[in-house]
Amino acid sequence: MAYDKFNILTSSAVPLPIENVDTDQIIPARFLKATERKGFGDNLFRDWRYNSDNSPKQDFVLNNPIYGGKILVGGKNFGSGSSREHAAWAVYDYGFRCVVSSFFADIFRNNCLNIGVLPVQVSPEFLHKIFTAIEVDPKTQLKIDLPEQSVTILATGEKESFEINDYKKANMTNGFDDIDYLLNIKDKISEYAQDTPL
Amino acid sequence: MSSKKTLFDKVWDSHVVHHIDNGPDVLFIDRHMVHEVTSPVAFLGLKNRGIKVLHPEKTFATADHNTPTINQHLPVEDPLSANQLKALEQNAETYGISYWGLGHEKNGIVHVVGPEYGITQPGATIVCGDSHTSTHGAFGAIAFGIGTSEVEMVLATQCIMQAKPKSMRINVEGSLNKGVTPKDVALYIISQLTTSGATGYFVEYAGQAFRDMTMEGRMTVCNLSIEMGARGGMIAPDEKTFAYVQGREFSPKGEALNKAMTYWETLFTDEGAQFDKEITFDASNIEPMITYGTNPGMGIGISKSIPTADVVEGGAATYQKSLKYMDFHEGENMIGKPIDFVFLGSCTNGRIEDFRAFTAIVKGRKKADNVTAWLVPGSHKVESAIKEEGLLDILEEAGFTLREPGCSACLAMNDDKIPAGKYAVSTSNRNFEGRQGPGSRTLLASPLVAAAAAVTGKVTDPRDLMEMEMA
Ligand code: SF4
Repeated sequence: MAYDKFNILTSSAVPLPIENVDTDQIIPARFLKATERKGFGDNLFRDWRYNSDNSPKQDFVLNNPIYGGKILVGGKNFGSGSSREHAAWAVYDYGFRCVVSSFFADIFRNNCLNIGVLPVQVSPEFLHKIFTAIEVDPKTQLKIDLPEQSVTILATGEKESFEINDYKKANMTNGFDDIDYLLNIKDKISEYAQDTPL
Repeated sequence: MSSKKTLFDKVWDSHVVHHIDNGPDVLFIDRHMVHEVTSPVAFLGLKNRGIKVLHPEKTFATADHNTPTINQHLPVEDPLSANQLKALEQNAETYGISYWGLGHEKNGIVHVVGPEYGITQPGATIVCGDSHTSTHGAFGAIAFGIGTSEVEMVLATQCIMQAKPKSMRINVEGSLNKGVTPKDVALYIISQLTTSGATGYFVEYAGQAFRDMTMEGRMTVCNLSIEMGARGGMIAPDEKTFAYVQGREFSPKGEALNKAMTYWETLFTDEGAQFDKEITFDASNIEPMITYGTNPGMGIGISKSIPTADVVEGGAATYQKSLKYMDFHEGENMIGKPIDFVFLGSCTNGRIEDFRAFTAIVKGRKKADNVTAWLVPGSHKVESAIKEEGLLDILEEAGFTLREPGCSACLAMNDDKIPAGKYAVSTSNRNFEGRQGPGSRTLLASPLVAAAAAVTGKVTDPRDLMEMEMA
């Protein structure tokens, strides 16, 4: 499925300064029963966000109206655990287009890239600066510049670059996905398939 | 560049269909396992694109995540689960894929049935929309979990686009102490490396401890690779591997077997091949393990006390949040802590050997009154073996019953949920907050530790019960 193009995103950010946020927290397994990709945003961080009677937990950041924006900033080792793409869908469906952390779990990072959410890995020091900037001003703006591969805290002008491979970068900026690419090299694939050892 | 290759290099390189500069490789996939939870949206994507499954004969579907573990002959009650199961059945039929649904004699957890029926083979590339696909690495396969977009990709093109991970070798030298199982070895390694210690790497396990293990034990170890962040883990195939694979329904026969064997025998790391990282542990330092926190890296030897915040890596706040969730305290002992549930099962420890180990401890004892025990075989094949080997009689004598196969309380998508606040000693793979049900508290451990807890009602060193047997 082709997705939204990503170029430059300037937005306030939601801080979640917790390490090892796993996919079971991002979306608990009991919400994985859908057969369509719809409505996952409502259950993003379900058990941190709501009490068992479905009333919102006031101390959780998504329930705090002073925070908002299209960028989620998480602690180290974000997205560890299961391969469920539903976690990335929930992040997207809630309205985030970018997740910033100092370290991502592999599968979660791939899943994000595959659906058009940009994972931005920064140094632990820069992550700390972002958290501090948001603490000082919850509306502080971050600028994510994909063509330039940089993230800037606009209030202070502090800036850091991030890595992304050229192929994925081109996909994100054009809104293409891998399947489009693979269907184009179909002949090469069937040639390979003729002579597999297994 | 040296021509010496690692096992991982050999399998990876031979599957590269196309390489993109400063981008991923296009990797051909030999076997694709599919289950009901992560596939419906992928099939929907195929439909929207108007394309078919390219290689239905390389694709295998089973229902496991969402299925009940009692009364499987009755219609599934939860309408959402029933709907998802129905979708898989229909998709399998539409696209001509082998499908082992609820009640089918081959049904079971995807990572248990794959090896059982010879779908899993040395030197293959295997993917599934489930992170514990790493299990199949026990056969010297490159096996890893993928997301739903990637499931669609493999259905459509039998290929996946992946940047080649870095390589790490983990050696465990020497032989294991009494009461120490493959699960303990894995939990020990994760506790040393942390849950992100191998992120970006593909691991090869080497050394005597792994060579000595059965195929079941190797599967347990490779299964848990993902819990240290690795994409997967693998073990070079040997005579044990070849003996296990041969003669199974989907394994090669006759001329095909000869051809496969020629390839399989090349599957080892060349002497002098370089890894990006190499770590060695001494098997004699490992004791039965148990976790006390909310990620699999928070494990300790069962006789040790919970570390204090000042000695753990990572933020003290995150650490304390975790202990608070568990209602445990820094410096406490784990031994003697009362527990409420025991879960024996999952693709980590739901194979026949795990049931043998559990049964050996509970034999001649009784289930503790305060414990609810869920014993869930990984597949119907495991279930039959439990009965045929006479284990069921011993288990029933000790007050246990057997449930029907499935993922069950490993991820609690069905009714097998640990209630809020309750403690479960589980042989599964994740102790995340709420993993086994909202508010549930999980202590990960081996089948031996689970059995010791089941008969004593508290965290107990299984070696104490083994000693009594020998005396
Ligand atoms: S048993 Fe658990 S880890 Fe294994 S496939 Fe099922 S849900 Fe995934």
